[in-house]
Amino acid sequence: MEQRLSESPAVYGKSSGLAGAGGVPETLRDGEHRRVLRRRRIDWALHLVFLASTMAGVLVLAALIVDIVMDGWARFTPELVTNHPSRRASQAGMRSAVVGTVYMMLLVAPLAFILGVGAAVYLEEYAGRGRLSRLVQLNIRTLAGVPSIVYGILGLAVFVRWFALGRSLIAGALTMTLLVLPVIIVAAQEAIRAVPRSRRDASYALGATKWQTVSRAVLPSAFPGILTGVILAMSRAVGETAPLIMIGALTYVTFLPGKLTDPFTVMPIQIYNWISRAQPEFHELAAAGIMLLLILLLLMNFAAVALRNKFRGRI
Amino acid sequence: MPSIDFRNERRRRAERIVPAILSACAGVSVLTTLGIVLILVTETASFFQMVPLGEFFASTRWAPLFEPRSFGIWPLLCGTLLITVIACLVAIPLGLGAAIYLSEYAPRRLRAVLKPLLEVLSGVPTIVYGYFALTFVTPIIRAVFPETGIFNALSAGIVVGIMILPMVCSLSEDAMAAVPSSLRDGAYALGATRFEAALKVVVPAALSGIVASFVLAFSRAIGETMIVTIAAGATPKLTANPLESVQTMTAYIVQVSLGDTPHGSVEYGSIFAVGTALFAITFLMNILAQYLAKRFREEY
Repeated sequence: MEQRLSESPAVYGKSSGLAGAGGVPETLRDGEHRRVLRRRRIDWALHLVFLASTMAGVLVLAALIVDIVMDGWARFTPELVTNHPSRRASQAGMRSAVVGTVYMMLLVAPLAFILGVGAAVYLEEYAGRGRLSRLVQLNIRTLAGVPSIVYGILGLAVFVRWFALGRSLIAGALTMTLLVLPVIIVAAQEAIRAVPRSRRDASYALGATKWQTVSRAVLPSAFPGILTGVILAMSRAVGETAPLIMIGALTYVTFLPGKLTDPFTVMPIQIYNWISRAQPEFHELAAAGIMLLLILLLLMNFAAVALRNKFRGRI
Repeated sequence: MPSIDFRNERRRRAERIVPAILSACAGVSVLTTLGIVLILVTETASFFQMVPLGEFFASTRWAPLFEPRSFGIWPLLCGTLLITVIACLVAIPLGLGAAIYLSEYAPRRLRAVLKPLLEVLSGVPTIVYGYFALTFVTPIIRAVFPETGIFNALSAGIVVGIMILPMVCSLSEDAMAAVPSSLRDGAYALGATRFEAALKVVVPAALSGIVASFVLAFSRAIGETMIVTIAAGATPKLTANPLESVQTMTAYIVQVSLGDTPHGSVEYGSIFAVGTALFAITFLMNILAQYLAKRFREEY
């Protein structure tokens, strides 16, 4: 950068030599020259400012990871997963929370997948472009911006109270399904839209009905894209805390949920429980739990990216 | 042949049933919205049968859990606003700067590394940010301002700002990338530096998208829950001092639902009243952002 700046007068001199062949007074050319130099210096300085603001985010990410690994490394042991929560920090683990998170995902993934893809297929292939369809689209975009805690309020009133499911695994899973649904619908719509028209036409030309075309020509092509969207939505659900606190996922569970109506806890809630205790030993546990959570999220994101790359351009 | 007829019959039935099933799936999202609105309205209405509407909007004290009770929403709104303003002071300059850098300055290869890295920030769960605020940012603030409490608005606000930073950056950058390069080339042909082209041509052309990204980020900051619950404390008060502990609307909702509040009590109702305020504000913000992005979009 320094080099380019020192070079600039020469470059400028050359171009102005071309333009000013008609004999521009030396003094004016000097003033102009200084101005250009100043503008370039401003450009260069702001370049650094913009670069610094970009790096700020990256540095914070690095600080966050270093902070957590330093705090949690000592407690990042197999006992973290095999032990149940305990009032004694030295023996505490998050077995019930890890199992709760896995159960939660196993319930949310198929539910959200079916509902989300169904809605996306309807909007893209069946609904047309009428007023009603536009209204549903607007509704989905709006839902994506609703704070997650509001979904918690919805879950509390509808699933916990009205359906009388109590503070159970299934109530949590249904709440989470509604929460991730808009994300999945939007991702699935994009994937379906990316399927070329020629594929549909080819299917119709072979005499296929609409549903045959959708289910055997369009969906298989869109599947990798849809799956990527579902995985990313799931990785959001894994980290969600507030809505599950709302519907009353317990923070102290020393047993594994055996059926859908059992109480449960998940990893972020167990982590929250540890953070909210005063003793530093519990903060170390929280950091170790966060490491586990971040590794899980990282794996999910890798899977999504790998899927996208594997099927890129193979429509 | 009868077997083919049978299959055709089945096929025709599928053609009739399938759209109905699919539209039911799409209907779930509509029902979700209706459910949210209906529940907020009915439960809030029953809350206001116990607490006068005037008190909610006129009282400046929020003390729902101990006598004498008082339900004035202003302290919670004030706490929320304080956090959100701090967050925007962090996220808007940094996010816009990063967006300009990525869209106008960065070499392609550097951009391919930096952009995903910033997007990782948006994938970090808020509980992790909460831990970071409490154990990393707060000690730094307390080292600089020793009178700061363990729970303070500044730490939570800064970290909420970091959380919404990728959103500002990536949406603004999308808006700038949508500006046709002919406009940029025109500026360069007139001898503009990259900064001049960015400031006087690209940013004005992308302004609606950029402002929409600010509004969306603002709305996201208002609805953020775990960071403020962990780092900002649980002291509802009217203050503009960022070093004090405050309570946001979201943090209050979490605080009440952590305790065992009986259904039908005033505290239980207050969740919904506060939730309604939260939903209304974020809803209006989101509509505003969509309107901005659509209404003022320059067509090229």
